[in-house]
Amino acid sequence: MPEREPPLPPVPESRSVPKKRTRFSLVWVIPIVAALVGGWVAVTRYLSQGEEITIVFRSAEGLDAGKTKIHYNGVDVGTITKIRLSDDHRSAIATAQMAPKTEEFLVDDTKFWVVRPRISGANISGLGTLISGAYIGMEIGKSKKDRDEFVALDTPPVISGEIPGRFFILKTLDLGSIDTGTPLYFRRLQVGQVASYELDRDGKYLTVKIFVRAPYDQYVNPNTRFWHASGIDLSLTANGLKVQTQSALSILIGGIAFETAPSALIPLPAEANTIFTLYSNRTEAFNPPPRHPQIYQLIFKDSVRGLTPGAPVEFRGIPIGEVTDISAQIDLKTFEFSVPVTIRLDPQRLGVKIFDVGPDVNLETMRHKLIDALVSHGVRAQIRTGNLLTGSAYVALDVFPGAPQATVDWLQNPVQLPTTSGQFVATEATVEDIINKLDKMPLKEIGDNLRKALADLDVTLVSARGTLVSAQGTFDNTSNLTGANSSQIQQLDETLKEVSRAARSLRVLADYLEGHPEALIRGKKGAAK
Amino acid sequence: MSAASNPVTAMQLGLQSCEGCGLLSRPLSADGEGRCPRCDEELWFRKPASFQRTWAYLIAAAICYIPANLLPVLTTTTAAGAESDTIMQGVVLLWSPTGWPLSLIVLVASIMIPSAKILALMYLLITTQRGSVENNEQRIRLYRMIEFIGRWSMVDVFVDTFTAALIQLQPLMSVEPGPGLVFFAAVVVFTMLAVESFDPRLIWDSASTKEVSHA
Repeated sequence: MPEREPPLPPVPESRSVPKKRTRFSLVWVIPIVAALVGGWVAVTRYLSQGEEITIVFRSAEGLDAGKTKIHYNGVDVGTITKIRLSDDHRSAIATAQMAPKTEEFLVDDTKFWVVRPRISGANISGLGTLISGAYIGMEIGKSKKDRDEFVALDTPPVISGEIPGRFFILKTLDLGSIDTGTPLYFRRLQVGQVASYELDRDGKYLTVKIFVRAPYDQYVNPNTRFWHASGIDLSLTANGLKVQTQSALSILIGGIAFETAPSALIPLPAEANTIFTLYSNRTEAFNPPPRHPQIYQLIFKDSVRGLTPGAPVEFRGIPIGEVTDISAQIDLKTFEFSVPVTIRLDPQRLGVKIFDVGPDVNLETMRHKLIDALVSHGVRAQIRTGNLLTGSAYVALDVFPGAPQATVDWLQNPVQLPTTSGQFVATEATVEDIINKLDKMPLKEIGDNLRKALADLDVTLVSARGTLVSAQGTFDNTSNLTGANSSQIQQLDETLKEVSRAARSLRVLADYLEGHPEALIRGKKGAAK
Repeated sequence: MSAASNPVTAMQLGLQSCEGCGLLSRPLSADGEGRCPRCDEELWFRKPASFQRTWAYLIAAAICYIPANLLPVLTTTTAAGAESDTIMQGVVLLWSPTGWPLSLIVLVASIMIPSAKILALMYLLITTQRGSVENNEQRIRLYRMIEFIGRWSMVDVFVDTFTAALIQLQPLMSVEPGPGLVFFAAVVVFTMLAVESFDPRLIWDSASTKEVSHA
């Protein structure tokens, strides 16, 4: 507005023009605010986006771009945004948009896998995905190295890295019925699972990775033995039938059991990823390792039926070794058939203690002396039947005083020990002897005597019958005395009725006296009137 | 351009027409502020700061239009998981051999109309500010159309909010409005305000002044 200045001489008046409203209007605040809000939303949206990662799947079955989520412990941490085929068309590459602050999860050893319904022998998992569709599970690695390209696992890991415990490695020749998830038993308590297995590169052994949950992992120490507890372990040996099982579940789906051999010192728990041998059964697992094995050969001329490799060799009932090999040979000069049986003796391994072993004593020469002495005393090897039911045999080293002289030739390889014909041959001789004796028995006389004795018995029985009849009469008398119509019983009945009447009148008197105690002095009132 | 379409305007004669009752009156003050003697409506020659305000609302609408289309407007949570859809995703979702008319309605009402409104208003503002005298009738027809359609854009917002309110079967399924919806509503409101603050009489002003200057 122009201002008027009165003291001045008349000046031309300014023209009044309708004001042009060109000044900055407050309305501009609106687009600015809109821009700010929009910008803020954009920034938060941008910030709320985590890293973008790619996961390679063997198959994208069940995955849906924009819908399939990545779950960690049930929390949604990302979404698959794009799925495309790999360049060689063999796998599917999924791009996933991760939630913010998940960068630290995406490290070198983070694992991803598709969660689908899975039913295995031991468990059923992922049933929820039947309704919701597949999702992607993840396990966060411990590495510090960042990574944004992953290859998904074909099967979900059995053991989540979150569970405390330790992994160990088992080497085995035969996988048996082991699968991922196969239970692991310690004293029939399930303490872990098989995490994975694979064939070694050279194809010789299988490497089975197992997981033992804390606190049970402390029971795994260098002395621990692992064995297949798959199904029912049925063994039929010279020692009889042996059945070993773990739990009912392991009968169905197999399992691995472990135990530590009892020892005076309790060793420190084994380090994680220690390699153990997986034995095929408990017995094998606890077989002590060989100490001083010696190989000998025994040549038998009679049947070795029932003898198998692994059959025990016993010295006077104490196991000192086992049969390792059985073959056959024919001597072309004499056409004699014989069976060389290779045995391995290791008495120390089987717990035979040797006393007074000086430090400078040569065990080898001592052993030679010992065996020479034993053989000269008549020790011979013999095949014996251990179990009549199964017919399995064992080799017995025993003293046969009547055995012909023999010596041991220590230059042979393997050294031959003298044998004697088997127990069967000896048994046959005994049986024959018994038959001969039977033959000589005076059977006719025995028969005559027997007949006479029987006639005597007949007479005795007749007199016994008379005795029984008189006994019957006695019993009848007794019965008359106590019968229902006997006079004693009737008298007793009368007496009891008398007593009953007396008791009734006593009760009447007692009742009256209770109501009228004065009657004791005054007499009955009714009677007075 | 006939002379009949460019008559002398009231403003040129120093008169104001009331927007409420249409009464012509002579303003008392020179800057034209006053009230209608008949209906007490505020009077002005032209809506104050019409261009500025229209531009401001229009720019605000244009800004909001971006997040309205990029952010999800509806989040459907079912047993199968949560799913957020933007308007365009909704259109794609509805597009099927049988459902395409519905899809088309959403496409027209929610995407084409708001953008058409913004573009049309920009065209009106630019041409008017540059003092264009061409196609005056068409421009005023365009303005009326925008004004008429404007209120119907709100249908989308209403449908969304109704759905969200009705479908609340908590454990099984629920529908929640997304952040995009707020921006979409803002777009509709801002375009309506922009249309409201635009004074269509400005369209003829330049034509009249030209006519006058000619005469």
